[in-house]
Amino acid sequence: MAYSDKLLDHYENPRNVGSMDKNAQDVGTGVVGAPACGDVMKLQLKISDEGIIEDARFKTFGCGSAIASSSLVTEMVKGKSIDYAMGIQNSHIAEELKLPPVKIHCSVLAEDALKAAINDYLKKKNAAAPAELSE
Amino acid sequence: MAVKLPIYLDNHATTPCDPQVVEAMMPYFTQLFGNAGSRNHSFGWAAQEAIEHARQQVATLIGADPKEIIFTSGATESDNLAMLGAAHFYQDKGKHIITTVIEHKAILDCAHHLEKEGYTFTYLPVDKEGLLDPELVRAAIREDTILCTVMWANNEIGVVQNIKAIGAICRENGVIFHTDAVQGLGKLPFNVNDMNVDLASISAHKIYGPKGIGALYVRRARPRIRLEPMLYGGGQERGLRSGTQPVQQIVGMGKAAELAHLALTNGEVERVRALRDRLWNGIKSKLDEVYLNGSWEHRLPNNLNVSFAYCEGEAIMMAIKDLAVSSGSACTSSSLEPSYVLRAMGVDVELAHTSIRFGIGRFNTEEEIDYAIELLGNKISWLREMSPLYEMVKEGVDLKSVSWVAH
Repeated sequence: MAYSDKLLDHYENPRNVGSMDKNAQDVGTGVVGAPACGDVMKLQLKISDEGIIEDARFKTFGCGSAIASSSLVTEMVKGKSIDYAMGIQNSHIAEELKLPPVKIHCSVLAEDALKAAINDYLKKKNAAAPAELSE
Repeated sequence: MAVKLPIYLDNHATTPCDPQVVEAMMPYFTQLFGNAGSRNHSFGWAAQEAIEHARQQVATLIGADPKEIIFTSGATESDNLAMLGAAHFYQDKGKHIITTVIEHKAILDCAHHLEKEGYTFTYLPVDKEGLLDPELVRAAIREDTILCTVMWANNEIGVVQNIKAIGAICRENGVIFHTDAVQGLGKLPFNVNDMNVDLASISAHKIYGPKGIGALYVRRARPRIRLEPMLYGGGQERGLRSGTQPVQQIVGMGKAAELAHLALTNGEVERVRALRDRLWNGIKSKLDEVYLNGSWEHRLPNNLNVSFAYCEGEAIMMAIKDLAVSSGSACTSSSLEPSYVLRAMGVDVELAHTSIRFGIGRFNTEEEIDYAIELLGNKISWLREMSPLYEMVKEGVDLKSVSWVAH
């Protein structure tokens, strides 16, 4: 498949590969996709109390565009607010990497992974919130 | 000696022309350019003579009589001519045809077309090694069965079927037997009489000949097989394939067949087999969780089909771009479905996504194989470092127990 230079760069030099402690209170984890479908994306975000994404890490099983999409999304959100990250859409990723039509689902997966990670963080935070109130 | 990159390891897809083939073809472009149908001058005679020489060379390779060789544009046309030609000619006898689920698309698509014309098909399964039990053919034969078509060696997994036994069962029951012999040709001995074959499709570009030329073997005696042609015109190729014969292509195929015949006896097959074994042993020594797809025992000597668990096939091919290979992964197919051959063998869909096919050929060297092993070891490890699945497995998670959110 003919890929853009940017996609190839993200595939060959993926940014922010790795894992964080999924049990940490300030880490949100999103795992989307299925091995049977040929792609699984795990995205993790370390988020400050102020709602700023301090760090992002990914691991992806999938084709070149899936790996590049996850790499790009980690770059897009680092240092940004949760609100900003929630506004990222798959079309932004697809345009940036010039994904061919059959690979659009890779960008959808990256968007889903991002939202799943943020929601996981928010869930943890909300679960902890009542305890703070009772103090 | 430095290895020249990229390394071509996709010899099931096609092969380069052997320089001796090109050399044999050259005069037929500019000097001996006659139409074999021109019966009254030397240009035509030279073309005719060249074609008949090539026909003999091809016949020798498969143990046939030259009169039984019909030149076509390639194996897809040969498969079509065999299936449509026999189906149409013998339709008064019956409309039932037997084949397998792992055939090449040229057969399966023909089958779907014939189904629309009112023919009925039995698609036989293969076992987990990719092998067809010949007894299944016997059980599938009915009163109205006219044709059975089973490929000799599979193009993805290189698994070689027991053609001789299947042919014997068909012969016993008066069913015409066709085999797509494309992949096995020149890698293993093939004799149409020993193997009880009535029709056989072969292609030049898989045996170091030019693209655009193939042949169909059509048995002339015991039993004599009749076909209805698909092309009508000047009546070339015994009326089965009208159209001016592409002399230079045919000459190329003849030379390629001669060289393929030689390769069966001069140690070339063993050389290739040793390279293939070296590749597989090398991969196993560098990586864990690699799985061979298809039988090891009943396999082409030049084929290796491996699943590299937890790494997706297209990503692998991008990572090892110095190697030209192919994958059964969905992401490399236009249908976005993983290989139907691997699925038919019962390979887990997860593993089908991670499969890579290697096809070793005449021009590969030991240095190239060693380079490939080194590269695969490094790049698969790199991809696994990036794979959440590999991480989970190393943490002791059973991937089958995870409830995945399918996309």
